[in-house]
Formats: sequence, C-alpha cells, structure tokens
Amino acid sequence: MNERNGFEERLRQARTQRGLDKPPEKGGALPQTAWGFGLRAGVEVVSALVVGVVIGFLLDRWLGTWPWLFLVFFVMGSVAGVLNVYRLFSPKPRSRSGQ
Amino acid sequence: MAVEGKTIDALSQFELSPVLGVVGQAVSFSQSNLFMLIATVLSCGLMLLSARRAQLVPGRLQALGESAYEFIAGMVRDQVGDEGKKYFPFVFSVFMFVLFGNLLGMLPYAFTFTSHIAVTLALACVVFVTVTVIALMRHGMHFFSYFVPEGAPVWLWPIIIPVEIISYFSRVVSLSVRLFANMVAGHVMLKVFATFVVLLGGLGAVGPFVAAMPLAVNVVLVGFELLVAFLQAYVFAILTSIYLHDAVHLH
Repeated sequence: MNERNGFEERLRQARTQRGLDKPPEKGGALPQTAWGFGLRAGVEVVSALVVGVVIGFLLDRWLGTWPWLFLVFFVMGSVAGVLNVYRLFSPKPRSRSGQ
Repeated sequence: MAVEGKTIDALSQFELSPVLGVVGQAVSFSQSNLFMLIATVLSCGLMLLSARRAQLVPGRLQALGESAYEFIAGMVRDQVGDEGKKYFPFVFSVFMFVLFGNLLGMLPYAFTFTSHIAVTLALACVVFVTVTVIALMRHGMHFFSYFVPEGAPVWLWPIIIPVEIISYFSRVVSLSVRLFANMVAGHVMLKVFATFVVLLGGLGAVGPFVAAMPLAVNVVLVGFELLVAFLQAYVFAILTSIYLHDAVHLH
C-alpha cells in the first residue's frame, strides 16, 4: 500500500517535471535578502529616471522646446521609478500580469 | 601591475588592448572579444561533451551539464509556464554566456567582459528586443494595451501611459546596469585590496604581518565574487524569464 502511494507521488512529480500536468504555481524566486532588495530598488529608481531624462532630452532637442519636455519627463521618470519599486515590493510580484 | 608609483590604480584592469598580434590589431580584436569567444566555446563544449557521452549514471561533466540544463529549464517552466518551453534555448544561451563571462573573469590574468557597460547593454537590448518582438508576434496590436492598466479612469491615461512606457524601457537600463555595476564593483574591490597587500608588504619588518590582513580580506572577497558571478547570471536569466512571462501572458 505504502509503496503504491509512493509510486503515485513519483509519477505525479515526473509528469509535472515533463510539463504533462500543470505545475503548482510558484512566486518569483528572486533572491530576497535585504541587500539584494535594496540594490534592486536603487537600480530600478535610477534606471527609470535615466530613461525619462534621456527621452525628455531627446524630445527637447528634436522639438526645440528646451527645457520643458525635459522637466516633464524628469517627473515622469521619477514616477516610473517609484512604480517600479512599488511593483518590486507589492505582495504579488506579478500582479500586473494577473496569471 | 596595480602599483604604479605607490598609487592605487584599480581601473586599468578594464582597459581594452588588442590581442593576437598584427591580425588582432588590424581588426581591433581585444581581449574582451577573446574572452567572449572563450566563453562561447566553453559553454558549447560543455553541453556537447556532456550530451555526447551520455550515460545512465552521469559522470562529473555530464552531471554539470545536466544540472545547468535542468536549472534553467525548471526556471523557465516555473516563470513562463508551458508556453515558455520554446524560449528555453534563448534564456539558456544568455545565462551560460553571462555565467561563463563572470566566472572566467575570476581567473588570474583573465578579462571580465561583463564589466563593460557596452557588453551588458547589448545583451540587455537583445533580451528587450526579443521579448518585445515575441509579445508583438503573439498579441499583435493588442500588445499596446499592456501600457494601459485596467480600471484606470480615462483622464489619467495621459499620465499613466508615458509612465508605463518609461517603466517598460527602464528594463534595459536596470538589467544592464545591475550586471555591469556588480562586476565592476567586485573587481575594483579585489584590485584595491590586492594593492594594499603589495603596499603594506613593503613596510619593512612588520610589513608581511600587516599585509596579511588585506590578503585575508581578498580571500573572502574571491569567494564572495564567485557567489556574485553566479548570482548575477541567475538574476539576468530570471529577469529575462519574468519579462518573457509578461510578453506571453501580457495581462
């Protein structure tokens, strides 16, 4: 009896491994240490800010509206950075994609 | 090498110089390119060798190749789902390239090509473009609804959509800068403490005893850097799979 149960379990594992069954849902498995979180958050903020500033700067150069679009996109970049960090810390890491 | 006139020169290790003599000079074949080539050959060789002489009870090499394969295959399956299987070769190549780049950099006299923003930015751009093209192919024009969160009032769209677009593009920067900064910081620290060993070692009779301290730090740092080398390759690969998940499932 016991052996039979073990077999069922192993069969289920093997099927899951090969993708025949739906695997149990797992969350994002990124390293969750405090330092890792801190560094990731910093990188996310800075990179969003950099992208915003670059977009604003290029648009300004193209349209000749210096410095207004730069300022607008600076703020947008900051907001996007905060949004990135919010997504990083929100309880469901992939709430956007909703499964 | 690092000590030139009793100063700490931690950045010259990242300078490019042509290798392979005249031919390398003519086509600007730097040591960065050389180590990329070595990394590619090594990862291909590892997978070919471990697959060629495959036995039921794996030897060391086969176990290494298979555990690398299983590791990334499991990650892609967990993150992307069953649809992600066809993107496994892409994630696996990126992972192996970054991993070998990071690990080769830990060898003495080796060059860490992942410590150049040009290389990591190119890698991140490849990932970004691939993910975007996959999303466009799977969803067509519907892909652009990714930038419009459900349930947001229409009057907020002019603010939300640019923010979402910036957030989307910031993936390239964060992906590349994370890898680049980690590798540069680690190698600069190693070089600085190695320079301390040389500088303090020359302090007469007490020198060797004092120099043992930065040497001990360096021993710890080498272990730490090996961890970082693996971890950053892992983070690069898992973020690639998370982006693939977003591209495949969209909302």
